[in-house]
Amino acid sequence: MSRLDGIFAGLRAEGRTGLVTFTTAGDPDLERSAEVLRVLDRAGADVLEVGVPFSDPLADGPVIQRASERALAAGGTLATALDLVAGVRASVGAGIVLFTYANPVLRMGLTTFMARAADAGVDGVLVLDLPIEEADALRSAAAGAGIDPIFLLSPTTTEARIRRAAALGRGFLYGISRLGVTGARDTVAAGATEHAGRIRAVTDLPIALGFGISRPEHVAAVGRWADAAVVGSALVDVIARNASGDLAGEVERYVRWLRGAVPVRTRE
Amino acid sequence: MTTPVFGRRDPDGRGYFGEYGGRFVPETLVEPVEQLERAYREARADERFGAELAVLLARYVGRPTPISEAARLQTSLASDAGGGGAARLWLKREDLAHTGAHKINNALGQALLAVRMGKRRVVAETGAGQHGVATATACALLGLECVVYMGADDMARQALNVYRMRLLGATVTSVAAGSRTLKDAINEAMRDWVTNVGRTYYLLGSVLGPHPYPLMVREFQSVIGREARAQYRELAGRPPDAVVACVGGGSNALGIFDGFVDDPAVRLIGVEAGGEALVAGRHAARFATGAAGVLQGTRSYILQDAAGNIELTHSISAGLDYAAVGPEHAWLRDLGRAEYTSVSDAEAIEAFGALARSEGILPALESAHAVAYACRLARELGGDGSILINLSGRGDKDVETLRDRGEG
Ligand SMILES: Cc1ncc(COP(=O)(O)O)c(C=O)c1O
Repeated sequence: MSRLDGIFAGLRAEGRTGLVTFTTAGDPDLERSAEVLRVLDRAGADVLEVGVPFSDPLADGPVIQRASERALAAGGTLATALDLVAGVRASVGAGIVLFTYANPVLRMGLTTFMARAADAGVDGVLVLDLPIEEADALRSAAAGAGIDPIFLLSPTTTEARIRRAAALGRGFLYGISRLGVTGARDTVAAGATEHAGRIRAVTDLPIALGFGISRPEHVAAVGRWADAAVVGSALVDVIARNASGDLAGEVERYVRWLRGAVPVRTRE
Repeated sequence: MTTPVFGRRDPDGRGYFGEYGGRFVPETLVEPVEQLERAYREARADERFGAELAVLLARYVGRPTPISEAARLQTSLASDAGGGGAARLWLKREDLAHTGAHKINNALGQALLAVRMGKRRVVAETGAGQHGVATATACALLGLECVVYMGADDMARQALNVYRMRLLGATVTSVAAGSRTLKDAINEAMRDWVTNVGRTYYLLGSVLGPHPYPLMVREFQSVIGREARAQYRELAGRPPDAVVACVGGGSNALGIFDGFVDDPAVRLIGVEAGGEALVAGRHAARFATGAAGVLQGTRSYILQDAAGNIELTHSISAGLDYAAVGPEHAWLRDLGRAEYTSVSDAEAIEAFGALARSEGILPALESAHAVAYACRLARELGGDGSILINLSGRGDKDVETLRDRGEG
């Protein structure tokens, strides 16, 4: 059983909605990025998604694009993202999932990358522009290193492909609840229930639902359909606004606010 | 009138030309891209679709475009070369196509496909503005809404084309992210497509992006090669020794190569932008200093740093200023079927002037790269040789750039 399996099994046993956070490695710089990860863990995040900065983040909206630019400007790379994880791993209980575009990983070499990721203590890897059809080599390298390959499912994903992702993915499935790039919204997409239902109908793998989540009531709503809620752009925005202030304090306050409204979930 | 011949040199079922190509897209785009492939395969098998496009190419674009001989240019090269003479030079005149470049061939083909798919909104990226103008034109003709993304720096150096697109009824959206050029415009067009995927058609302008774009765009451009092969045979009685074309993404090059690729005696030569120097950030010669990688949906040669981030590029010509080359070019190069070389900004400007003064033709700065290399090759081949140059577009859009540099 992988660490991610254990985390989601625990959430189900407790009947609690998990919180998955996304931050960009090295935003605003490596030292404070490490501090942010420790704070997120302390404030109750169950899984930390760590984004690898990339020059051409075509699936991301402006908030995460700018985080990537800040991290790159501070010298961030895939290698420093791995160092960052290695540095915090011992003091963080949450699962750690690396979020990346394909090219930095291919440049390092899949096997080298997976070995280094395993050494650093990474639990799962999601490559945004490697859909299942292009992910064979990634999956075998991940399996060799004991890392969970995570697949993303969108409202446009057909049922046949949901089945394939459920069969090939490990740890959890990441459902994005709306079309478009990353970015916080005022309401959770109307299609989210249906999307989670489509995934749930074919698999018992845990589901984390994201894209647009920014408020405690979103987390609560997601908890009715999925195992965990992902908060990304809204958190990255908190980091951007407080980079020159009390960063750790504000991040902790924000996550505790999100978490506060998380109810005990009754699973049917 | 030649009807398109579809279905030659297809990539494999997953869209690979050898080890290049494929479909590296975010999950949301997987199904739309598959739908596009199905629609394209249906369209290419439908004779009415081919016939409709052929009529537009003849009566609207003005095809076939002629082949002209550049005899005075040849003479001036021969006198420079001393005793050896210089090869005969022929120009395939895509600059004479409606809107002034080869880009219209692909834009009309894909816009017809958009109509067929029931999409009423088209998004596109543009570098030099030629693809944007061609797309805006096709959308005006077919009554489609058109949004064009363009890097902020490209908008400054191709201001006239921005205005042309707006006159044609398109919305031009400035992209200030990243390097503010073509690559960033593609990122933004893809973000738009991901967001509005149900009603939107993404009209990509070169042999780039996820499968089926590299195949589809090459096939829409292959009309250049089919015409050129027949025309050239009539003019010269035999195929040329070499076919030379500039390579941005590589669509005009693959279009003309397509007519000669099955004839191993004909050298196929692609010319990339050598910029100011072959040093990171100052050129766009992917085959000179790049390595295989994945950018914007496809695996090919790209300019990247040690960490896998995409390098900045530079070229005097906005249309060649891009970090990746089409995957089929990488494959043709591996096979040894095509050769790739580069030409500097300065050489391209010189060739622009030479063609203008000796032939009365202002070439696009992109096309001037092909002319520059062909001049070099003409001296090497000597008086018995013959070279066909794809003159991919006209240079009116570049007059301001040249004036700013004090040329002329
Ligand atoms: C006249 C002209 N030639 C060439 C190109 C480069 O594109 P490709 O390599 O796809 O032909 C452009 C692109 O804008 C262009 O406008």
